[in-house]
Amino acid sequence: MKTRILGFVAAAGVAATTFFALFVVPADVNQGDAQRIMYPHVASAWLAYLSFGVTALAGIGWLWKRDLRLDAIAHAAAEIGVMFTAFAIWGGMMWGRPIWGVYWQWEDPRLTTTALLLALYAGYLLLRRLSDDPERRATRAAIVGTVAAIDIPIIHFSVEWWRGLHQTATIASPDRVLNPAAPLLFVGTLLGMLAAFTLAWLYLMVRRYQLARATDAREEARRLDRIVSARTAEAAR
Amino acid sequence: MTDAGFVVAAYVVIVGGLAAYSVALWRRLRAAATRDDEGR
Repeated sequence: MKTRILGFVAAAGVAATTFFALFVVPADVNQGDAQRIMYPHVASAWLAYLSFGVTALAGIGWLWKRDLRLDAIAHAAAEIGVMFTAFAIWGGMMWGRPIWGVYWQWEDPRLTTTALLLALYAGYLLLRRLSDDPERRATRAAIVGTVAAIDIPIIHFSVEWWRGLHQTATIASPDRVLNPAAPLLFVGTLLGMLAAFTLAWLYLMVRRYQLARATDAREEARRLDRIVSARTAEAAR
Repeated sequence: MTDAGFVVAAYVVIVGGLAAYSVALWRRLRAAATRDDEGR
Protein backbone atom coordinates (compact mmCIF):
# COMPACT_ATOMS: atom_id res chain seq x y z
CA MET A 1 0.00 0.00 0.00
CA LYS A 2 2.84 2.38 0.92
CA THR A 3 4.55 1.60 -2.40
CA ARG A 4 1.31 2.34 -4.28
CA ILE A 5 1.01 5.72 -2.53
CA LEU A 6 4.65 6.43 -3.40
CA GLY A 7 3.83 5.61 -7.03
CA PHE A 8 0.87 8.01 -7.10
CA VAL A 9 2.87 10.81 -5.44
CA ALA A 10 5.76 10.28 -7.88
CA ALA A 11 3.44 10.25 -10.92
CA ALA A 12 1.71 13.43 -9.72
CA GLY A 13 5.09 15.06 -9.10
CA VAL A 14 6.43 14.18 -12.55
CA ALA A 15 3.19 15.40 -14.19
CA ALA A 16 3.18 18.67 -12.21
CA THR A 17 6.84 19.50 -12.81
CA THR A 18 6.52 18.58 -16.50
CA PHE A 19 3.56 20.99 -16.76
CA PHE A 20 5.59 23.68 -14.98
CA ALA A 21 8.65 23.15 -17.18
CA LEU A 22 6.62 23.25 -20.39
CA PHE A 23 3.96 25.88 -19.71
CA VAL A 24 4.78 27.98 -16.63
CA VAL A 25 8.53 28.70 -16.74
CA PRO A 26 9.28 31.39 -19.35
CA ALA A 27 11.54 30.62 -22.30
CA ASP A 28 15.24 31.26 -21.64
CA VAL A 29 16.58 34.61 -22.87
CA ASN A 30 19.51 33.01 -24.71
CA GLN A 31 18.35 29.50 -25.58
CA GLY A 32 14.60 30.00 -26.04
CA ASP A 33 12.28 27.02 -25.63
CA ALA A 34 15.09 24.48 -26.13
CA GLN A 35 16.29 25.21 -22.59
CA ARG A 36 13.15 23.47 -21.24
CA ILE A 37 14.86 20.15 -22.06
CA MET A 38 17.39 20.89 -19.31
CA TYR A 39 14.96 19.85 -16.52
CA PRO A 40 14.39 16.17 -17.42
CA HIS A 41 17.92 15.91 -18.88
CA VAL A 42 19.61 16.88 -15.60
CA ALA A 43 17.18 14.77 -13.53
CA SER A 44 17.83 11.72 -15.74
CA ALA A 45 21.61 12.18 -15.52
CA TRP A 46 21.44 12.46 -11.70
CA LEU A 47 19.42 9.24 -11.47
CA ALA A 48 21.81 7.43 -13.80
CA TYR A 49 24.65 8.32 -11.40
CA LEU A 50 22.56 7.34 -8.36
CA SER A 51 21.51 4.01 -9.91
CA PHE A 52 25.00 2.89 -10.83
CA GLY A 53 26.33 4.10 -7.47
CA VAL A 54 23.73 1.85 -5.82
CA THR A 55 24.68 -1.02 -8.15
CA ALA A 56 28.33 -0.65 -7.15
CA LEU A 57 27.62 -0.37 -3.40
CA ALA A 58 25.18 -3.31 -3.44
CA GLY A 59 27.73 -5.29 -5.47
CA ILE A 60 30.41 -4.63 -2.85
CA GLY A 61 27.82 -5.60 -0.23
CA TRP A 62 27.23 -8.92 -1.99
CA LEU A 63 30.98 -9.67 -2.17
CA TRP A 64 31.21 -8.96 1.54
CA LYS A 65 27.97 -10.41 2.99
CA ARG A 66 26.97 -12.97 0.32
CA ASP A 67 23.32 -11.96 0.67
CA LEU A 68 21.34 -12.39 -2.58
CA ARG A 69 19.01 -9.55 -1.60
CA LEU A 70 21.94 -7.18 -2.20
CA ASP A 71 22.45 -8.69 -5.64
CA ALA A 72 18.74 -8.11 -6.37
CA ILE A 73 19.18 -4.42 -5.41
CA ALA A 74 22.25 -4.15 -7.68
CA HIS A 75 20.34 -5.75 -10.57
CA ALA A 76 17.29 -3.50 -10.09
CA ALA A 77 19.43 -0.35 -9.95
CA ALA A 78 21.42 -1.34 -13.05
CA GLU A 79 18.32 -1.89 -15.20
CA ILE A 80 16.77 1.39 -14.07
CA GLY A 81 20.14 3.15 -14.47
CA VAL A 82 20.44 2.03 -18.09
CA MET A 83 17.01 3.51 -18.77
CA PHE A 84 17.88 6.86 -17.15
CA THR A 85 21.25 7.00 -18.94
CA ALA A 86 19.43 6.51 -22.25
CA PHE A 87 17.00 9.28 -21.27
CA ALA A 88 19.88 11.63 -20.35
CA ILE A 89 21.59 10.96 -23.68
CA TRP A 90 18.36 11.41 -25.64
CA GLY A 91 17.52 14.65 -23.82
CA GLY A 92 21.07 15.90 -24.37
CA MET A 93 20.84 15.16 -28.09
CA MET A 94 17.49 16.94 -28.42
CA TRP A 95 18.91 19.94 -26.54
CA GLY A 96 22.25 19.86 -28.35
CA ARG A 97 20.92 19.99 -31.91
CA PRO A 98 19.24 23.43 -31.64
CA ILE A 99 21.90 24.91 -29.31
CA TRP A 100 25.20 23.36 -30.50
CA GLY A 101 24.11 22.61 -34.05
CA VAL A 102 24.86 18.88 -33.65
CA TYR A 103 23.11 15.95 -32.01
CA TRP A 104 26.37 14.34 -30.98
CA GLN A 105 30.11 14.88 -31.01
CA TRP A 106 32.47 12.01 -30.21
CA GLU A 107 35.28 14.45 -29.35
CA ASP A 108 33.27 15.72 -26.37
CA PRO A 109 34.48 13.89 -23.25
CA ARG A 110 31.18 14.19 -21.32
CA LEU A 111 29.18 12.71 -24.20
CA THR A 112 31.65 9.93 -24.95
CA THR A 113 32.15 8.84 -21.33
CA THR A 114 28.34 8.81 -20.85
CA ALA A 115 27.94 6.60 -23.93
CA LEU A 116 30.61 4.35 -22.42
CA LEU A 117 28.62 4.20 -19.16
CA LEU A 118 25.53 3.07 -21.07
CA ALA A 119 27.56 0.37 -22.86
CA LEU A 120 29.17 -0.81 -19.60
CA TYR A 121 25.88 -1.31 -17.75
CA ALA A 122 24.09 -2.76 -20.79
CA GLY A 123 27.00 -5.23 -20.76
CA TYR A 124 26.42 -5.79 -17.04
CA LEU A 125 22.79 -6.75 -17.75
CA LEU A 126 23.87 -9.08 -20.57
CA LEU A 127 26.51 -10.66 -18.34
CA ARG A 128 23.82 -11.53 -15.81
CA ARG A 129 22.09 -13.65 -18.44
CA LEU A 130 25.15 -15.83 -19.01
CA SER A 131 24.96 -17.89 -15.81
CA ASP A 132 22.15 -19.87 -14.17
CA ASP A 133 24.08 -20.19 -10.91
CA PRO A 134 22.82 -17.28 -8.74
CA GLU A 135 25.99 -16.99 -6.66
CA ARG A 136 28.40 -17.10 -9.59
CA ARG A 137 26.21 -14.62 -11.48
CA ALA A 138 26.07 -12.26 -8.50
CA THR A 139 29.86 -12.37 -8.03
CA ARG A 140 30.65 -11.70 -11.70
CA ALA A 141 28.04 -8.93 -11.83
CA ALA A 142 29.34 -7.35 -8.60
CA ILE A 143 32.89 -7.15 -9.98
CA VAL A 144 31.77 -5.64 -13.30
CA GLY A 145 29.24 -3.31 -11.64
CA THR A 146 31.83 -1.99 -9.20
CA VAL A 147 34.64 -1.52 -11.74
CA ALA A 148 32.26 0.15 -14.23
CA ALA A 149 31.28 2.73 -11.59
CA ILE A 150 34.77 4.25 -11.95
CA ASP A 151 33.31 5.92 -15.05
CA ILE A 152 30.89 8.01 -12.92
CA PRO A 153 33.47 10.44 -11.43
CA ILE A 154 35.23 10.52 -14.82
CA ILE A 155 31.94 11.66 -16.45
CA HIS A 156 31.31 14.18 -13.70
CA PHE A 157 34.76 15.78 -13.82
CA SER A 158 35.26 15.38 -17.60
CA VAL A 159 33.88 18.89 -18.17
CA GLU A 160 36.51 20.30 -15.80
CA TRP A 161 39.43 18.15 -16.99
CA TRP A 162 38.98 18.43 -20.76
CA ARG A 163 37.50 20.88 -23.22
CA GLY A 164 34.30 20.00 -25.05
CA LEU A 165 30.90 21.24 -26.10
CA HIS A 166 29.22 20.38 -22.81
CA GLN A 167 28.96 23.11 -20.18
CA THR A 168 30.70 22.75 -16.82
CA ALA A 169 28.91 21.57 -13.64
CA THR A 170 25.74 23.39 -12.60
CA ILE A 171 24.16 21.45 -9.73
CA ALA A 172 27.55 20.78 -8.16
CA SER A 173 28.33 24.51 -8.27
CA PRO A 174 26.29 26.17 -5.50
CA ASP A 175 27.48 29.58 -6.66
CA ARG A 176 25.55 28.97 -9.90
CA VAL A 177 22.39 27.32 -8.55
CA LEU A 178 22.14 29.71 -5.62
CA ASN A 179 23.21 32.71 -7.67
CA PRO A 180 20.67 35.50 -6.98
CA ALA A 181 20.69 36.21 -10.73
CA ALA A 182 19.27 32.73 -11.41
CA PRO A 183 15.46 33.16 -11.63
CA LEU A 184 13.75 31.36 -8.75
CA LEU A 185 11.21 29.78 -11.10
CA PHE A 186 13.99 28.11 -13.13
CA VAL A 187 15.83 26.84 -10.03
CA GLY A 188 12.58 25.78 -8.30
CA THR A 189 11.38 23.85 -11.36
CA LEU A 190 14.75 22.13 -11.69
CA LEU A 191 14.81 21.13 -8.01
CA GLY A 192 11.14 20.10 -8.21
CA MET A 193 11.77 17.85 -11.19
CA LEU A 194 14.84 16.40 -9.49
CA ALA A 195 12.68 15.52 -6.46
CA ALA A 196 9.79 14.12 -8.56
CA PHE A 197 12.09 11.98 -10.72
CA THR A 198 13.90 10.74 -7.58
CA LEU A 199 10.55 9.64 -6.08
CA ALA A 200 9.74 7.86 -9.36
CA TRP A 201 13.18 6.21 -9.21
CA LEU A 202 12.48 5.04 -5.65
CA TYR A 203 9.12 3.58 -6.67
CA LEU A 204 10.66 1.78 -9.66
CA MET A 205 13.50 0.48 -7.46
CA VAL A 206 11.04 -1.06 -4.99
CA ARG A 207 9.00 -2.68 -7.77
CA ARG A 208 12.04 -3.91 -9.73
CA TYR A 209 13.55 -5.32 -6.52
CA GLN A 210 10.29 -7.19 -5.81
CA LEU A 211 10.42 -8.64 -9.34
CA ALA A 212 14.08 -9.67 -8.94
CA ARG A 213 13.28 -11.44 -5.65
CA ALA A 214 10.27 -13.20 -7.22
CA THR A 215 12.48 -14.36 -10.11
CA ASP A 216 15.19 -15.52 -7.69
CA ALA A 217 12.63 -17.49 -5.66
CA ARG A 218 11.33 -19.21 -8.81
CA GLU A 219 14.87 -20.07 -9.94
CA GLU A 220 15.61 -21.50 -6.51
CA ALA A 221 12.42 -23.60 -6.57
CA ARG A 222 13.38 -24.97 -10.00
CA ARG A 223 16.90 -25.73 -8.80
CA LEU A 224 15.53 -27.65 -5.78
CA ASP A 225 13.10 -29.53 -8.06
CA ARG A 226 16.00 -30.62 -10.26
CA ILE A 227 17.98 -31.82 -7.22
CA VAL A 228 15.00 -33.78 -5.84
CA SER A 229 14.33 -35.34 -9.26
CA ALA A 230 17.98 -36.34 -9.65
CA ARG A 231 18.10 -37.89 -6.14
CA THR A 232 14.77 -39.71 -6.70
CA ALA A 233 16.06 -41.17 -9.97
CA GLU A 234 19.31 -42.18 -8.25
CA ALA A 235 17.43 -43.92 -5.40
CA ALA A 236 15.22 -45.81 -7.89
CA ARG A 237 18.27 -47.40 -9.55
CA MET B 1 12.61 20.85 -36.78
CA THR B 2 11.70 23.83 -34.57
CA ASP B 3 12.84 24.26 -30.92
CA ALA B 4 9.35 23.24 -29.82
CA GLY B 5 9.69 20.04 -31.85
CA PHE B 6 12.92 19.13 -30.04
CA VAL B 7 11.29 19.90 -26.67
CA VAL B 8 8.30 17.67 -27.50
CA ALA B 9 10.58 14.87 -28.75
CA ALA B 10 12.62 15.02 -25.52
CA TYR B 11 9.63 15.02 -23.17
CA VAL B 12 7.66 12.37 -25.07
CA VAL B 13 10.58 9.93 -24.91
CA ILE B 14 11.64 10.68 -21.31
CA VAL B 15 8.27 11.09 -19.54
CA GLY B 16 6.56 8.62 -21.89
CA GLY B 17 9.40 6.14 -21.44
CA LEU B 18 9.17 6.46 -17.68
CA ALA B 19 5.43 5.73 -17.83
CA ALA B 20 5.90 2.83 -20.28
CA TYR B 21 8.62 1.25 -18.10
CA SER B 22 6.38 1.58 -15.01
CA VAL B 23 3.52 -0.18 -16.79
CA ALA B 24 5.83 -2.89 -18.17
CA LEU B 25 7.27 -3.47 -14.70
CA TRP B 26 3.80 -3.72 -13.18
CA ARG B 27 2.84 -6.30 -15.84
CA ARG B 28 6.02 -8.33 -15.24
CA LEU B 29 5.31 -8.33 -11.49
CA ARG B 30 1.72 -9.40 -12.06
CA ALA B 31 2.87 -12.20 -14.39
CA ALA B 32 5.39 -13.36 -11.77
CA ALA B 33 2.66 -13.39 -9.09
CA THR B 34 0.34 -15.38 -11.39
CA ARG B 35 3.07 -17.96 -12.05
CA ASP B 36 3.66 -18.26 -8.30
CA ASP B 37 -0.05 -18.86 -7.69
CA GLU B 38 -0.14 -21.54 -10.42
CA GLY B 39 2.95 -23.18 -8.95
CA ARG B 40 1.29 -23.63 -5.56
